[in-house]
Amino acid sequence: MKILGLGDVMEKKKYEEIVSRHKPTETRAQNSFIAFVTGGIVGVIGQLLTEFYASFFDIATKDATTFMLVTLIFVASLFTALGFFDKWVTFCKCGLIIPITGFAHSMTSAGIEYRKEGPIFGLGSNIFKLAGSVILYGVVSAWFFGLLRLIIMGG
Amino acid sequence: MTFRYKQVFVDDAATIAGPYEAEGPLKPYFDKTFENLYHGEKTWETAEVKVLEDSIKTLLDKTKRQKEDIDLIVSGDLLNQITSSCYSAEKFAFPFLGIYSACATSIEGMIIGSSLIDGGKVQNVIAATSSHNMSSEKQFRNPTEYGAPKPKTATFTATGGASILLTNENTGIKVESSTIGRVIDYGQTDPFHMGAVMAPAAADTIYRHLVDLNRTPDYYDLILTGDLGAYGKEILIDFMKNEYQMDISNNYNDCGTMLYDLEKQKEVQAGGSGPVCSALVNYSVILQMLKKKKIKKVLLVATGALFSPTFVYQHENILSIAHAISLEVIK
Repeated sequence: MKILGLGDVMEKKKYEEIVSRHKPTETRAQNSFIAFVTGGIVGVIGQLLTEFYASFFDIATKDATTFMLVTLIFVASLFTALGFFDKWVTFCKCGLIIPITGFAHSMTSAGIEYRKEGPIFGLGSNIFKLAGSVILYGVVSAWFFGLLRLIIMGG
Repeated sequence: MTFRYKQVFVDDAATIAGPYEAEGPLKPYFDKTFENLYHGEKTWETAEVKVLEDSIKTLLDKTKRQKEDIDLIVSGDLLNQITSSCYSAEKFAFPFLGIYSACATSIEGMIIGSSLIDGGKVQNVIAATSSHNMSSEKQFRNPTEYGAPKPKTATFTATGGASILLTNENTGIKVESSTIGRVIDYGQTDPFHMGAVMAPAAADTIYRHLVDLNRTPDYYDLILTGDLGAYGKEILIDFMKNEYQMDISNNYNDCGTMLYDLEKQKEVQAGGSGPVCSALVNYSVILQMLKKKKIKKVLLVATGALFSPTFVYQHENILSIAHAISLEVIK
């Protein structure tokens, strides 16, 4: 690393001031509202699907939930493959990224992208490029909270 | 470092632009445009190679030159190991120099070509560059189908290929002088605000160019930076005023904001970027304005951000560079 002289640091501070003078304000409130509404819609669709599967197939809610998740994952992946889901994500932002649709989308989009580099070095090596972090830290935190539960509540 | 040239001229240039650029205001000035980002190829990478090839072929047709007339091609792009340039140069069998200074590549190529011509070593040199929105997104950011949201300061990599023929025969448009930029670090780390990264490099190069040649900004009819975008442009004007007490606001513009209609094409955010962004503007509308003598003296300043995804993830600063070349109408 370069060691900065005093003059360098002052100059950079002054430059930061210029940069922040011309920084546009992001529309955070609007983004949050859109994410809240669209994320909510995904939630409602999920709930309706669960109710539907539970009554139509006459199965337990727990099993119907699994059916619902599979459906959402399938639909998100299909829409990604058809090429318009990325535009929805750009508009809805975390409304579609946080639900399971975002996880499916991250894997399908990586799959489509690296398919051309072949089944091993392309698809196989890269399909978890974005989803890998979610899986790793999901597993680690599940283990950690499971341990906490065991210690505090005895299982 | 500023050079003056005695006997270097611009013959002509060829620009091939992608679908987003064709929707912009400069469509009538491009030689060719194409509608699908794959451009009939199987991958984004080979599409970029084909577009660059197209631009070189079009340039040869326009200038009525045979392959054998070209002494050298100097070319660079954004892909790893500048593969688009290598693969497109293979088709023509010209002697080839591959170069890289990110989005300042087009002017670096022109400087190398002009210097070799002025030194009497060669007669005809092509300087070429390309970029592709999707191949760049794939290399630098997320998978292209992911569509991750971006802040307003983000810029949009332009798609296209552009090449220019430099010669020692008088064509009326002279390559008058050039300034090679320095690598600059202003402590910027945000890859979604390249305007802030590159503005100090542009300022440094413009300032040293003017001082070396004892000129003021109003010597030029137009000063053009490469791809600072809407916010970087404001930063540069402010920076020049504050740091060097120079006012460039009257005759200054940025290619990144000219390539697209920023009001209508919201997906480009702050404007265009990529090596071909400045080349698509300079080699089309600006060159045609020079030919028609609507402007007579222009300073082209291409700006590049020097970094890699690895260095960004390792929290190193993003560096920048700017190279300048001055074109003048003579006779």
